[in-house]
Amino acid sequence: MDREPGIVRTYLRVGTLFELQYRVNFLLQLVQSLVALGTAVAVIALVFSYTDDLAGWSPYELLVIVGVHVLLGGVIRAFIQPSMQRLMEDIREGKLDHVLVKPADAQLLVSIQKFSIWQLVDVVVGAAVIAVAVVNLDQRLGLLDAGAFALTLILGAVTIYCFWLLITVGAFWIVRMEFVAELFNGLYQAGRWPVTIYPTWLQVSFTVLIPLAFAITVPAEALTGRLGGTMVLAALAFTAVIVALTRWAWRRGLRRYDGASA
Amino acid sequence: MSATTSAVGPSGSAPSAIRGMLDFYATVARAGVQEQFQYRAANYLYMVGMVVEPVIYLVVWSTVAAANGGELRGFTAGDFAAYYIVWTLVRNMNIVFTPFGWEHRIREGQLSGMLLRPVHPIHYDLAYFAGWKVVAITLWIPIAVVLSLVFRPTLSPTLPQVLAFLLAIWGAYVIRTMLLFVLGMVTLWTTRVTALFELYFTAELLLSGRLVPLDLLPTWAQRVADVLPFRWTFGFPIETLVADLSSAELVAGLGMQVLWSAIGWGLAMWIWRRGIRRYAAVGN
Repeated sequence: MDREPGIVRTYLRVGTLFELQYRVNFLLQLVQSLVALGTAVAVIALVFSYTDDLAGWSPYELLVIVGVHVLLGGVIRAFIQPSMQRLMEDIREGKLDHVLVKPADAQLLVSIQKFSIWQLVDVVVGAAVIAVAVVNLDQRLGLLDAGAFALTLILGAVTIYCFWLLITVGAFWIVRMEFVAELFNGLYQAGRWPVTIYPTWLQVSFTVLIPLAFAITVPAEALTGRLGGTMVLAALAFTAVIVALTRWAWRRGLRRYDGASA
Repeated sequence: MSATTSAVGPSGSAPSAIRGMLDFYATVARAGVQEQFQYRAANYLYMVGMVVEPVIYLVVWSTVAAANGGELRGFTAGDFAAYYIVWTLVRNMNIVFTPFGWEHRIREGQLSGMLLRPVHPIHYDLAYFAGWKVVAITLWIPIAVVLSLVFRPTLSPTLPQVLAFLLAIWGAYVIRTMLLFVLGMVTLWTTRVTALFELYFTAELLLSGRLVPLDLLPTWAQRVADVLPFRWTFGFPIETLVADLSSAELVAGLGMQVLWSAIGWGLAMWIWRRGIRRYAAVGN
């Protein structure tokens, strides 16, 4: 088991070296991130030109959500989505054999096979937005809140990873899954607003069907002093359940896999 | 267009050229219908994903309206529901061959094959995507019914409004095809176009009526939107059905669509003539 950190480090290093060949992409990514952020801020400004509180959230509190949304979006596109899309392709084309024969955990290997490090620009931009928003909030941020934020954010990232892998594993049964990335990115946009503004049936969907509530709203609630201990426990429990479910689905899916030409 | 004439009719006379063009459109559109109908499941999931976007806007603006005493610049929750449900159809009409697709065609040299045909490639895309619209509209109807049951729109269009709407959605389709063709052609000069496309789509999102009804924008932004083509591809078709436009306003709006279609066509032909000389492909 103690080889795993070494494997992750090596894959990360190779992935980073590969991406460093394409440095202009950094500038393109920066332009895109700033344009997207500008749009998000313009929308918030427009909304708050008509009201000074959206379902109990003030402008800077909403900016916290935007920051978390951008940051987590960066994590997803840098670390999660590239590997998952590669995995979908490999399952469809029967190229998973080269992973399965390696003497390490296959789920780990498929989850770290590809990175898009330039997407980390969004992580930096998101963190900066959160910092600006928190500084401008009325209430002071306690150490406990900051801890709860860090914890729920990590849980949120793990949840989204599990969610992506669960969908990708669907490729073992349904071969054509290319539209999933598009579908996910469309749904992910809903996380830019607190889930509490949606009608109940959508709130339930954004909690259970696609875990936006735990991934984005809950960490933002920690920073804006709305998060109770029960919610942190709920986030922990939810993450534990989805991790176990994903592991189980991955094993079931592998049993359905036939190689193409190995 | 002389190449077209010689290809479609032995006599080469004007009426047979038009007939030939109509034949071409009908055939390609039929192929579009058949091909896209095969992918109805994928089309459907794509559409369901697409519905999330207007639902978000609808919820946000309804919440703001509720906080404002139930109304926002004359928009009630029911008006917003009507706006964003009609939005879903207009969004489907806005799907045309993308500049990313043109970048791909040009970078990969697929354009070579298209140049050999006697018909300008833009006609092929116009016809094919028009056929796809038939599939899209068919699949859209149940989605619209479900959305209407959930969000209860206030919608009572008059006959002239319905007629104007049926014309305006196709006007929107033509204008957007032309504009995105022009944008795609920029790839003939430089292949680093992603950031440019991104900026274009952002301006379009904000100033077309897609993100929010233009009436809710600050006055200066509305003035900017007035001189740009975007609103005629999105906000105007929706307004023909949901806003209280007079017949004169409807006709004036359709006139603006004709104007922008003509400008778009002129730009498209101009940039095509300038750009195609720069095109070079290897192999193929």
